[in-house]
Amino acid sequence: MKFIPLVWSALWRKKTRTIFTLLSIVVAFMLFGMLQGVNSAFNATVDRANVNRLIVASAVSFTESLPYSYLSQIETVPGVEAVSHQSWFGTYFQDPKNIVFSFPMEADRFVRVSSEYQIPPDQLDALRRTRTGAIVGEDLAKKYGWKIGDRVSLHSTIWTKIDGTSDWPFDIVGIYRVADDPNRNSEFYFNYAYFDEARSFGKGSVGWCIVKVSDPAQSASIAQTIDKHFANSSYETETKTEKEFQQSFLKQIGDINFIVTRILFAVFFALLFATGSSLMQSVRERIPELAVLKTLGFTDQGVLVLVFAESLLLCVLAALAGLAVAAALFPGFKDVFGVVRLPPAVIAEGVIMAALLALLTGLPPAWRAKRLNIVDALAGR
Amino acid sequence: MASLLNQVVAVTANNIRNIPQRAGISAVVVIGIAVTVAVLVSVLAMAAGFTRTISNTGRVDRALVLRGGSETETASTIARDNTLTIMDAPGIRRDTDGKPLASAEMVAIVSMPLKNTNTKANIALRGIGPKGMQVRPEIKIVEGRMFRPAVLELIVGKSAAAQFKGLNVGSHINYHNADWTVVGIFDSGGDSHESEMIGDVEILLSTLRRNLFQDVVVLLDSPQAFDQFKGDLTTNPTLTVDVKRETEYYAKQSKEVSKLLFFLAYVVGGIMALGAVFGALNTMYSAVSSRSLEIGTLRAIGFGALPVVISVLFEALLLALIGGAIGSLLAWIFFNGNAVNTLGANFTQVVFRLTVTPPLVMSGVIWACVIGLVGGLFPAIRAARIPVAAALRAS
Repeated sequence: MKFIPLVWSALWRKKTRTIFTLLSIVVAFMLFGMLQGVNSAFNATVDRANVNRLIVASAVSFTESLPYSYLSQIETVPGVEAVSHQSWFGTYFQDPKNIVFSFPMEADRFVRVSSEYQIPPDQLDALRRTRTGAIVGEDLAKKYGWKIGDRVSLHSTIWTKIDGTSDWPFDIVGIYRVADDPNRNSEFYFNYAYFDEARSFGKGSVGWCIVKVSDPAQSASIAQTIDKHFANSSYETETKTEKEFQQSFLKQIGDINFIVTRILFAVFFALLFATGSSLMQSVRERIPELAVLKTLGFTDQGVLVLVFAESLLLCVLAALAGLAVAAALFPGFKDVFGVVRLPPAVIAEGVIMAALLALLTGLPPAWRAKRLNIVDALAGR
Repeated sequence: MASLLNQVVAVTANNIRNIPQRAGISAVVVIGIAVTVAVLVSVLAMAAGFTRTISNTGRVDRALVLRGGSETETASTIARDNTLTIMDAPGIRRDTDGKPLASAEMVAIVSMPLKNTNTKANIALRGIGPKGMQVRPEIKIVEGRMFRPAVLELIVGKSAAAQFKGLNVGSHINYHNADWTVVGIFDSGGDSHESEMIGDVEILLSTLRRNLFQDVVVLLDSPQAFDQFKGDLTTNPTLTVDVKRETEYYAKQSKEVSKLLFFLAYVVGGIMALGAVFGALNTMYSAVSSRSLEIGTLRAIGFGALPVVISVLFEALLLALIGGAIGSLLAWIFFNGNAVNTLGANFTQVVFRLTVTPPLVMSGVIWACVIGLVGGLFPAIRAARIPVAAALRAS
């Protein structure tokens, strides 16, 4: 511990060089934080997926609907605790740019299956009573300044009403919150009864079913039973766990992980050279000083640790600064990526990467310092 | 003036000769810039490839008629009697048999396994009318034959056949309990239809037990006929439709994805460029400090400050150019022509190819030069200000 001032002053021996090396590491870790943050936030939706829920969708494609009668048939499958359903409604508010993720549902089924949605009981009652009622996520409500009692009209790009128009009026009766997943606080739920009665086509169908099972260990066999039950019917099903379902959905958008990994690999490759050469140069210039240290009684290992501590200090300090910048900038990208906060796991990962960087770039110069021969070094040979 | 030029040439040439002595530290600039340019050029190539695929889909003299308020084909529905009204509108080109070159279509989505990941992804199955192929003359069968009307037969786009499992000539596809056969593979000039399957709309509707089309695609007399065609349909009281020029329809579809890719390219590229600037500054400062004796000597024997400044800038620029060239080359070798797929507007996969074009390479090299210049400028100023006496004493 008493050597920290020594390491510190050695680090700042050449100010400009240390500052620029520091800044390139800061920049690299800022990029690491942002890219890896986006990447893991995408995966987080998958990780947070509930293990005791299954999604039953049409085997033909996710976008095709299923008959409403399937709900009661799925309910009879042993191990199924509750069944709920949703449909893709495809809406925007006032302007096509303001996409609103809205879904028709049945309140009683919804609360049984999706228990993580926190809805005050009186607001839930209001939804049951109000045919055109809707409950919205707190973030969505904040975004458009909606309050309970407001009447809003959403334009559906898919569903027309019997009267030929596509504007659907709703009365906001409640505001929900999902505490452990802020990304889900921007949805819009309303009564299926209103939807099914008013739509001009597709009556009596649902988009997909959400099944809550009592024992997650049996998910796979229950999924098979459901699919087998509907095999060779006009509407065959494909049942997946919620996690698999979200994974397959993300995979369709593209391999984000692949792109991010490639970019970060390139960044760290360049950083390795920049940091490594700067540390090597610093040791080369200090050979006589290191020889003096050894003359004063520092052991070979002592000098090695001293030089290595320098690179560790530089890399970890810079990495923390970079990650802090990333964490500060992250909320600004909410509209682009839909992610709110830099996941803490990314920061931990970053610190590990920094230690690794220090090891790779610090060891060669530290080794050189250790092997230093006092007589040769002092003679300038 | 001539002597100044002589000085510049002499000092710069001498400096360039000495670069190999500083190879290690010079490599930092080259590698930093190469990596930045490689990432920038490949992400831009992705955006360029996507935009090209989507904007290739579409001619100015072709139009799509969708239900009013629908942004995409899959979200639209049009009743059979309305399709007949639409096809009677003025401005539609006529075939030799006098019938309008128009096709009432539907797009179904089928989930099929991808070759590379073995996971299922959506592919579009487009049902076209009897004039569908004449409306799109760019579609050419490259393998097998055309599907016959009223039979469960399909032709598959080249990109789709390459990306999905089981889409070769002779393959069978079970869709809504009907057994479809792939009878041909088509090429449509690298547009987004190449990621689709095409069959007869009537047989498709009957297997789905539906009677609603999704849109009508028409070939117009001329690009100028669009306004009249649109005006006629939108003022017709029996219809509620949106008429879109095909080029505009597809341009709008590609906007979101290209926006995201350009954002990624410029933000990530910009941050990496900043890092490369710091690397370049470090290298150039150390180059200047290792040359301080040389610079001091030159100044002492009467060389001006300008030749010294230029020699430093030239070195930085040269290293940057090498880095930029390596970066562009890497992007070209590894990514040019790579096929990538993503979700398109119809909720189906669109396959596109990364294209590293000369303008992209140019912009990569320009970025490299800017990084080099910024990284060389401050060290060059320091070089010019080196106090002669101190520099000579330092060694």
